[in-house]
Amino acid sequence: MDFGPYLFLASLEGAVTAAVLALTAVGLSLVFGVMRVVNVAHGEFFMLGAVVAWWVASYAGGHPAIGFALALLIAPIVTGAVAAVADFLVLKRLDYDPERTIVATIGLLYIIQQTVLMTYGPEARPVEAPFNVRIYFPWFGYSTYKFFVIGAAVAILLGVWLLMTRTRFGLVMRATQLDRETALAFAIPVDRVYALVFGLGAALAALAAVLIVPIQQAHYLMGGDPLLLSFIVVIIGGLGSLAGTIVAAVLVGMSDGIISVFFSPTLAKIIATLLVALVLVFRPQGLFGKRAL
Amino acid sequence: MLKLRDIQAGYGEATVLHGISLEVAAGEILCLLGRNGAGKTTTMKAIMGLIPVTAGAVLLDGENLAQIAAHEIPKRAIGYIPQGRRLFAELTVAENLEIGLMVRGHGSATREKVLDMFPRLRERLRQRAGTLSGGEQQMLATARALCIEPRVLLLDEPTEGLQPSMIALIRDVIVYLREQGVAILLVEQRVDAVLSIADRVAFIENGRNRDTVDAAALRADHSLVARYLGV
Ligand SMILES: Nc1ncnc2c1ncn2[C@@H]1O[C@H](COP(=O)(O)OP(=O)(O)O)[C@@H](O)[C@H]1O
Ligand SMILES: [Mg+2]
Repeated sequence: MDFGPYLFLASLEGAVTAAVLALTAVGLSLVFGVMRVVNVAHGEFFMLGAVVAWWVASYAGGHPAIGFALALLIAPIVTGAVAAVADFLVLKRLDYDPERTIVATIGLLYIIQQTVLMTYGPEARPVEAPFNVRIYFPWFGYSTYKFFVIGAAVAILLGVWLLMTRTRFGLVMRATQLDRETALAFAIPVDRVYALVFGLGAALAALAAVLIVPIQQAHYLMGGDPLLLSFIVVIIGGLGSLAGTIVAAVLVGMSDGIISVFFSPTLAKIIATLLVALVLVFRPQGLFGKRAL
Repeated sequence: MLKLRDIQAGYGEATVLHGISLEVAAGEILCLLGRNGAGKTTTMKAIMGLIPVTAGAVLLDGENLAQIAAHEIPKRAIGYIPQGRRLFAELTVAENLEIGLMVRGHGSATREKVLDMFPRLRERLRQRAGTLSGGEQQMLATARALCIEPRVLLLDEPTEGLQPSMIALIRDVIVYLREQGVAILLVEQRVDAVLSIADRVAFIENGRNRDTVDAAALRADHSLVARYLGV
């Protein structure tokens, strides 16, 4: 294959990575932005989404599209509920103290991981794509499902944006983020908002996982990479800035895809991590963040 | 209407209020005076449930607010204008008002009424609150609290850092609300700013009550003020 088509293929792969990463990272960014909680267990919510998707799909039977559609609905709800309960049982009791919540979410990470290992097992299991049509370019064939992943991610992110800017719940979340105490003085039930935000963040990671699991398979250790990349994206984008997070996800995802295709996935991770180090040194508020944090 | 009975409150381990008692009736302005650090802001936070009340009671028409969740307290029609305004700076003027309206489910009628009191805000509805001038920010903080249609209003140093014309406007609003029967608890540092509108003045010092006197008595004899504030 010539360089041109090869780059085209690499960009497509990069776009898929970017789409899934944007969803995952926006979940992490939302939780940090509103609650000031650094959620180390975020990757496990991603993994939980994939595992629940496998369960749902394997029980659904019939056409793969039925199982997939059900998974798209059930996995984020289950994962979000687990997260909301964890918020209520653990984070709330720590009064959302920044340091102690980091330790607590590390604990949560292992609890979720080991629970999945004991119940779901160590195997990697695939979920069948809802459709499997290939589209043929002059140089190579490509799965239309991957285009669906990109489209679905864009649609979900648009939904998140509408939720934040056009709804009362979005207004309440933004007010809580800006000034928790004053929000309380205006009858905003901050505890409930926090539980919902934590659930919503986890649900976004789960959605991303459902989208990727027909391509990547569900495995109990699959949460590591999404966690690392989400952190990279959130730091580059500016902590708590949703728009910055999305731009950074596209940047990191595309370059990850392209570098992985041309060189190696490891080099891609090395470069992304190096980029974070540079951002932290020269622009600690992130590329799009505000200075005062 | 609002009655504090011997309340204790503080931050973490540190107790700041060691038994504060106050009473504000409907249609009355009670002014809380005291030096910096006396516990005026802390008293307001305790009423709003933003810090735990460890002893005593905050009674609103007989109900003890100290025993209900903080986010339920404003729904009892208590409006709070915090020190330093505490606007949601990244939200627009309209969104800040919406937060106030949502407290008790008021709609456009209330919103229009409040905007009629502060026409400048009407011209800036889509502007971010953080970009308003100091006086406009105070208008917005007041308007946001009035969107609750409060029966009790807590104002913490509302004229801090404002120009005289703006101070006059805020005072007019406070006097108007008193006529409407609102119970008003007003905190100020500067005596001259409140003496002309207060009905009674409660002096506090180091988290404890000192005397509560009729404002008329203070107006008649300025030396009393010097004695109570120790200046
Ligand atoms: N967030 C806080 N944490 C700990 N102590 C505080 C806090 N806020 C105020 N204080 C202390 O409580 C006391 C009363 O403060 P405050 O109520 O703000 O006084 P005032 O409003 O009368 O100037 C002061 O000694 C102050 O240092
Ligand atoms: Mg004060």
